[in-house]
Amino acid sequence: MIWPIDLAILTLVVIAGIGALMVKDLLGAAILFGAYSFMMCLLWSIMGAVDVAFTEASVGAGVSTVFFVAAVFRTSRRTKD
Amino acid sequence: MKIIGLIITVVTGALLIYAAADFPAWSDPASPASTYLSPHFIEKTMEETSVPNIVTAVLADYRGFDTMFETTVIFSAGVVCFFLLRISRREEEEPETRYYRHVLTGVTIQLKEGYKMPPSADFERIDAVWTPPDLIIKTGCRILIPFVQLFALYVIAHGHHSPGGGFQGGVILGASVILLAISHDLRTAVRRMSEKLIGILCAVGVFIYAGTGALCLLLKQNFLDYSALAGVLHVDPITARSHGILIVEIGVGIAVLATMIWIYNNISSAGRYRQGL
Repeated sequence: MIWPIDLAILTLVVIAGIGALMVKDLLGAAILFGAYSFMMCLLWSIMGAVDVAFTEASVGAGVSTVFFVAAVFRTSRRTKD
Repeated sequence: MKIIGLIITVVTGALLIYAAADFPAWSDPASPASTYLSPHFIEKTMEETSVPNIVTAVLADYRGFDTMFETTVIFSAGVVCFFLLRISRREEEEPETRYYRHVLTGVTIQLKEGYKMPPSADFERIDAVWTPPDLIIKTGCRILIPFVQLFALYVIAHGHHSPGGGFQGGVILGASVILLAISHDLRTAVRRMSEKLIGILCAVGVFIYAGTGALCLLLKQNFLDYSALAGVLHVDPITARSHGILIVEIGVGIAVLATMIWIYNNISSAGRYRQGL
């Protein structure tokens, strides 16, 4: 594990996670959540868990982002709180 | 209310970070998990199951019971999505105005008051709020989708030797059909994979998994002990475990593929199967 890369990706994970909670636009939150999943995928592959990274990339960053976008498209784009 | 939520979150997070300090160091060979269980998998997997990828062997063989219920969870997610969102056709009135598009020229025709076009290959039915046909996106996705599907099949079939397996391959296969639904429209994707087919495939995948386990039980071995399949497959028990993993992975792939498409269809059209994304 190379610590500068690890630190950079962990920082991006935290930023993407907090950003997905803070942002008012739900479509933006869905995209930020996809970015969060992708950063987690990089983190798994750095740790050598390639199978988990593959699942995270296909399920977390790929299909679930599509589900979120579809759900936002069918409901409302702004949050109430 | 927001402040209380914030306090609870911060306290829980602080507790988790405090507890994480007690974890053994990353890749510590003296940690409890690495002392008795992991060495057995690392040393014996190859001779017991003849599968080079230890993760696949642990996932589908040593902990096959666990993975079976993971597949069942995915199956239930699809079924729940269907029951919550699907609006059956009988309850809503049939749309009065139908729209058809001439495939070659793109001319759109409107038919009023319940008239129907006789089935023909020249016209395709489109939604009331249709997106204009985009040649570049359609052709690009049309070229891309076979390669995506081929890669997904490779991921499922090559899970013994490289990262991958039923879950990942099934999701990629499902994503290829979702790509078709996004690039064309939902109607095209549903024509390729009808709702009935998706429902059947979803159950068939789980059935293949559980059926393999039950077959082992019938052949006088433990549930999901694939070495019992040696007589059926005409191979030695060690190779039979490898083949059993492949059968089970195919079952998982089918179930996940169908569930992903099912959830997408129901969410993107709000259960009406018209006017997707």
